[in-house]
Amino acid sequence: MTLWWIGDAVLLVVVLPVVVYLLYGVLSAARSIVPSVRSIAATAAAGSKDLDATALLLTTQSQVEQTVAGVANYGGSLDVIIDDAE
Amino acid sequence: MVVLAIGPGTVTVVALLLIVLALVYYLVSTILALSTITRGLDEVIASVTEIVEKSAPVNDVVDAINGQLDAGVDLLEGLLVKKAGLVDAVGLVGGLYPGAAAAGFRNVPESTTIEAPRISEVYTKGTLTLARLGREAPIAAANPAGPVLRNVEGGSLAARLLYPSVRHTAPAELPRSPVIGTDAPVQYEQRDDIGAPRKRLPASHVGGG
Repeated sequence: MTLWWIGDAVLLVVVLPVVVYLLYGVLSAARSIVPSVRSIAATAAAGSKDLDATALLLTTQSQVEQTVAGVANYGGSLDVIIDDAE
Repeated sequence: MVVLAIGPGTVTVVALLLIVLALVYYLVSTILALSTITRGLDEVIASVTEIVEKSAPVNDVVDAINGQLDAGVDLLEGLLVKKAGLVDAVGLVGGLYPGAAAAGFRNVPESTTIEAPRISEVYTKGTLTLARLGREAPIAAANPAGPVLRNVEGGSLAARLLYPSVRHTAPAELPRSPVIGTDAPVQYEQRDDIGAPRKRLPASHVGGG
């Protein structure tokens, strides 16, 4: 009977606080992740939105092609008009 | 009586019940937090997937643009070297963009070892003077003679001085116009003859002329 009482005391004084402490730690860790995940989600969404302009690179590519073509034509004309140095 | 009814078995049951309640509370809370994390990670994955999809063609497009620009640079450098000669071409580049001559041309490695001639040796003095008159003339950027001759903000004075007009050298403030009206600081007497019938001269005077 005495040992049973001692076991009850250990259960209430030692086991229960340890269980509560460990579970509280797990819950705190899980809850601390939530704001980080939300900020990561917001950042990723903003990054995705920033990349909306990448489609304009195709326009830039086309413009560069036209510009270089114009430069090539101009250079070819100069090559014909101006004499070589040597 | 109540105290006597509580035995060690009852205390055990109560302790186990408390432990189970703690387990349930904290584990359920943890599950809810993990569910929130999962939803947030789903949003992250969706956004990251968009980023990957949007940035996938960037490398190819940028490579193509760089290739086109490289071709343009090669074309212009080759044309310049062909038409002006390597030495004068380096001097021209150095005159247009100070310091660029040291970098040389990409396709002509020996251009980095050439001593670039001064721009005054490439252009005539008259050409250089005309270029210095223009504020945006690139060949005047590194002119050792100093800044450009034309002052774009006060340049009108030089143009006005070309004309022999005394108005430009007159006093800064001319006499002001007189103030008239009932509140004027100087009041003048009204002439009586203003508005009155004109005096008629005698008939002898009229016909005597």
